Amino acid sequence: MAETHIKPMTMNFGPQHPAAHGVLRMVMEMDGEVVRRVDPHIGLLHRGTEKLIEYKTYTQAIPYFDRLDYVSPMCQEHAFVLAVEKLLGLEVPLRGQYIRVMFDEITRILNHLLNIPAYAMDVGAITPFLWVFEQRELLMEFYERVSGARLHAAYYRPGGVHQDLPAGLLDDLWAWSEKFPKVVDDMEGLLTNNRIFKQRLVDVCPVTAEDAIAWGFTGPVLRASGVPWDLRKSQPYMVYDRMEFDIPVGKHGDCYDRYLVRVAEMRESLKIVQQCIKQMPGGPASSTDHKVMPPSRGEMKHSMEALIHHFKLYTEGYHVPAGETYTAVEAPKGEFGVYLVSDGTNKPHRCKIRAPGFPHLQAMDFLCKGYMLADSVAILGSLDIVFGEIDR
Amino acid sequence: MTDVYRELGDHIAAALGDAVLRTEVVLGELMVYVPASRLERVLGFLRDDAKCQFKMLVDVCGVDYPDRAARFDVVYNLLSLTKNQRCRVKVAIGEDDAVPSAVEIYPAAGWFEREAYDMYGIFFDGNPDLRRILTDYGFEGHPFRKDFPLTGYVEVRYDETQKRVIYEPVKLVQEFRSFDFLSPWEGMLQPRPVLPGDEKAGEAGAPAGKTN
Repeated sequence: MAETHIKPMTMNFGPQHPAAHGVLRMVMEMDGEVVRRVDPHIGLLHRGTEKLIEYKTYTQAIPYFDRLDYVSPMCQEHAFVLAVEKLLGLEVPLRGQYIRVMFDEITRILNHLLNIPAYAMDVGAITPFLWVFEQRELLMEFYERVSGARLHAAYYRPGGVHQDLPAGLLDDLWAWSEKFPKVVDDMEGLLTNNRIFKQRLVDVCPVTAEDAIAWGFTGPVLRASGVPWDLRKSQPYMVYDRMEFDIPVGKHGDCYDRYLVRVAEMRESLKIVQQCIKQMPGGPASSTDHKVMPPSRGEMKHSMEALIHHFKLYTEGYHVPAGETYTAVEAPKGEFGVYLVSDGTNKPHRCKIRAPGFPHLQAMDFLCKGYMLADSVAILGSLDIVFGEIDR
Repeated sequence: MTDVYRELGDHIAAALGDAVLRTEVVLGELMVYVPASRLERVLGFLRDDAKCQFKMLVDVCGVDYPDRAARFDVVYNLLSLTKNQRCRVKVAIGEDDAVPSAVEIYPAAGWFEREAYDMYGIFFDGNPDLRRILTDYGFEGHPFRKDFPLTGYVEVRYDETQKRVIYEPVKLVQEFRSFDFLSPWEGMLQPRPVLPGDEKAGEAGAPAGKTN
């Protein structure tokens, strides 16, 4: 029989596909079951955050950062707050630094607790999702206790945090942290040596260290490729240099390694949370410079000056000296950076948000080429994509 | 860190000669100013030179300064994993000029350049896929330019009679409010910026003693 040439089929993946992690539309050129080209169309969740921030005072800009990557809110606030502090030359008291590091790591656990079971669900396992979400609720209760909100916390402020920890929170957090390793063990018991899970992940889409660096990968995706790079170690901010923890690194850079790195990272994060609880110093949680940090409610009841400070800070805000900085933190998904340009007024001139998922998703074409359609779902899940931060 | 960066900046300036306009270290961050025509040479050098090793392109973005003759800044943030250093390359260009694309040097530049094109209308010469990326299909204008209104020009809604999403000019129920809270409070910095009303102080016929 004569050979017939089959025209490649163009297929739409998403934007309403449950494995598309939100609102991703991928136009895929298929040769039978094999992916030949992927063209991700993004921007369906574009809200113009960066432009909105240019029209808001520095304090008003903080809540926008919660809404970027909505599964790891506090880490992103941290990047912005650090950038503003750098321009202002503002110091954070030690207690505030510990609180921030503690909540950064809680956030990392929260993020991985969403990504790993959602990933498992992408490749066919439903149970981990149900088991692990209970833990997310417990952690979000801690969010709620410090900030009043389960997700969109707006807790970090330039100069410290909004309010000191409520009484009893550290004890409850400690009690939780003693039970948590069991949950990770249970989840790993379902997944790590699961034959089906491994068949879908092992040796799928290995990325070399050179490729990962050239494509701008950061975070667990870069570390899974064997590059021991973590901003918490290499460019430590706050009190990360006082913490003892290890950086898990993968060997093959395949989807399975990315999963393993995230699981190991959760255990390391737990170590940091416990160290923070043990070492938590006393003193003020935020700067006492009332030209930037609002006074307490109690003070406002009897001090005229405090009242004036409060009024000015919540109308005019504070002026940030002209200058620019690129400040990055190790968010759960990778390097989250803020390039902040100030013109000396109370509003930023430009605030570019560098989302770790953006270069990850960019490489989808490079990563998926030659793999099967079902693998593309596994690859997408292993990159930990959240559209809030990619579309901004 | 500042001294290390100052040394590195001198090294870059010495090695590249007239391809670098100047280097400076501000707030412990190294900035390299480059003319658009020599960008590829500079980025290639920064990536491959033994002392630089900036193998990772972290970010590319545009910044709009409407008052300047060369209106836009294109900012490249680079990272060296082996040296643990960062570097910022800045290119100033006008509205009608193009910047050479960095895709050949850093594959990660592709989408970042598309975003800068989408948001600011900066052209990247040599980018193989310079389409809009974040805005809607068929969008007109470049929304992050300072002269583009925050509300935009069009809004969309689903029209029940036509059974499809339609575009309409923006109708604001309430006028757009941009509060001007700038005041000579203690936070005000030097040099003192011009505030609304300041121009009246020097005007002829202004009553003496009532200048503030």
